[in-house]
Amino acid sequence: MGEDAESPKINHTFLRDYVTEADVISTVEFNQTGDLLATGDKGGRVVIFQREIESKGESEEVGETGDSGEYNVYSTFQSHEPDFDYLKSLEIEEKINKIRWLPQQNAAHFLLSTNDKTIKLWKVSERDKRPEGYNLKDEEGRLKDISTITSLQVPVLKPTDLMVEVRPRRVFANGHTYHVNSISVNSDGETYLSADDLRINMWHLGITDRSFNIVDIKPANMEDLTEVITAAEFHPQHCHLFVYSSSKGTLRLCDMRASALCDRHTKLFEEPEDPGSRSFFSEIISSVSDVKFSHSGRYLLTRDYLTAKVWDLNMDKGPVETYQVHEYLRSKLCSLYENDCIFDKFECVWNSSDSVIMTGAYNSFFRMFDRETGRGVTLEAWRESSKPRAVLRTRRVYTGGKRRRGDVGVDSLDFTKKILHMAWHPSENIIAIAATNNLYIFQDRVNPETQAQ
Amino acid sequence: MIGGMDAQSLISISLMKIHNSRTQRGGIKLHKNLLVSYVLRNARQVYIKEKYAEIYRMQQYEEVMTVCNEIQELNPLDLDAEEADEEERSRGEESSVCGAALQRGAAQPAALCRTGSAVSGCCPLEDVGKDPEPSYYRSCCMEAPPAAPCDPFTGSGGAHCNKTTVLDLDTHVVTTVENGFLHQDCCCAPTGQSAAKKRKVEFGCCVSDLDDVPDFTRKRAKREDCSFSDYTDTSNISNLISIFGSGFSGLLSRQADLEQICSKQALASLGAWTRAIVAF
Repeated sequence: MGEDAESPKINHTFLRDYVTEADVISTVEFNQTGDLLATGDKGGRVVIFQREIESKGESEEVGETGDSGEYNVYSTFQSHEPDFDYLKSLEIEEKINKIRWLPQQNAAHFLLSTNDKTIKLWKVSERDKRPEGYNLKDEEGRLKDISTITSLQVPVLKPTDLMVEVRPRRVFANGHTYHVNSISVNSDGETYLSADDLRINMWHLGITDRSFNIVDIKPANMEDLTEVITAAEFHPQHCHLFVYSSSKGTLRLCDMRASALCDRHTKLFEEPEDPGSRSFFSEIISSVSDVKFSHSGRYLLTRDYLTAKVWDLNMDKGPVETYQVHEYLRSKLCSLYENDCIFDKFECVWNSSDSVIMTGAYNSFFRMFDRETGRGVTLEAWRESSKPRAVLRTRRVYTGGKRRRGDVGVDSLDFTKKILHMAWHPSENIIAIAATNNLYIFQDRVNPETQAQ
Repeated sequence: MIGGMDAQSLISISLMKIHNSRTQRGGIKLHKNLLVSYVLRNARQVYIKEKYAEIYRMQQYEEVMTVCNEIQELNPLDLDAEEADEEERSRGEESSVCGAALQRGAAQPAALCRTGSAVSGCCPLEDVGKDPEPSYYRSCCMEAPPAAPCDPFTGSGGAHCNKTTVLDLDTHVVTTVENGFLHQDCCCAPTGQSAAKKRKVEFGCCVSDLDDVPDFTRKRAKREDCSFSDYTDTSNISNLISIFGSGFSGLLSRQADLEQICSKQALASLGAWTRAIVAF
């Protein structure tokens, strides 16, 4: 199944070799140290990868970090099962919409995973020792015949094969009427938020039978509905601030100190629409599919269908940077509407120093933009063209002008190969790209550590 | 703004998406359906604008109307028109000036086409003798006019009746526009194709399948074929309308004064196209 590269420049981990609907990866997330990488799929399964620590024997400088390890499967478990809402006669998909890791507090790891309706807290713990030498029980656990016991012994812990146990610790159910699209752990380490199309709830990690509704944009009359919530996230440092994006392309920053119900935003981030570019699909392409705070907490990164935008929290009049991800699709919106691709929700991520942003596109392409220079590159996550130890070649979509070899025409793009989900290691230049049912992990060997700015 | 697809097809596609979403796994996706309803609203706005632009253009042919009246006074067929209403409609040839409540003459005169309307499906369809989807079409067009509508001959009702009549000198087809309504309306079959055909005939634009010869008979035959296949589409749309009970009325256009001045009825009927059901 998996291919292990020995000591690769580019590390590939192929998760699955066959394409079934259930194997399509629906979310990817590193934990806070980057040692663990979790993926969720449409079949409700979660696969956790762990980075192997390799010491570089040939490291030239003493003290150089030697982890050039690859990621291997650590644990797999079924997080959600298909469910049925009997009252509404609706099937509830088991697809994992989001996974978020909790900050680690002890030897165990905790993560939250959610499908459309229910959020679960999982405890991932290791067991590599087992007690041996019981007095009353034998090795298999059966009670001994007392008459055979002749002496007392103290049980000792003996090392055994590593066993990873995953247990559900909390189930946060019945909190949402609509489909949950986001979860975000608060910096206070005690609470988290979950957002569906019309409401955002705040939960305490220890309390499952109650949640606090902090945003409710459901109109009194559903016929007056004009926008829905598409993503939400807590501020990385300020536990009272969170942001949510809407289908109208607006961002709202809310301060929970201002009022209990944060229907009224503290700040509204909106870019005025360009009347010249109005089309049938203006509303669709302006809908924000993902929003992420920068690590610094100063900027917001949003993704809509054709662009990625960086916003400064101090300026709500418009984004400070706009990056065209695939502007060549603007003339194809009609056919993209017909085949439903226009509804694809792309994610976007920051690198650890907030100097580079990355987002996905079609044809297994994904794009990285350097914020300092404003330049973008297109890279491909496709096993045919990537070999272990190979340097990722930049690709180009031909949109006119001089055509170079290797350029791909807009009409030859494969719209079934879409990169929707991705994650960037919190401190190093390692990225995880989900391409349908495959997971690609790329490492920058030239600059493994992100340069601090 | 058309971008390769006309408003009518977008409306059909959007309605199909909404319809399909009701059976997909996981329940109706509110976000996606909301976005689809925006497309519906946009397409409808384009459609309405084009339709009323059409009406406006028709009203400009004042002199033609005058000529028409003169001709009609001399036309012996007029005398039978009111009785043979149904037949007139089905034949779609000459129709009487008045009393052709749901007149569907192929009265899109060449003159109208020449104005460069990029209409998709707004061109009145020649009646092919089929009764269009009843509730829908009837609501779209005006209510059946009173038994004795304004009669230019008798001169009664002229006070409140605002009629414009256009005669196509090529085809000898008369179109009546009463109070700003096109009697042979619109909500007729999405004849994007017929409209395209006409456009090509007039402008030589490149639209794929087309008559070479602007022959009235052939045009009519083609339109009949078209309308037959399109009829199935409109019946689908009508069926969908009966399914959707309520929806995002917040998205109905509120800005166009033109729409409000003109018939609320036509508006309501077209508004039915944009309603989507949200079942929660």
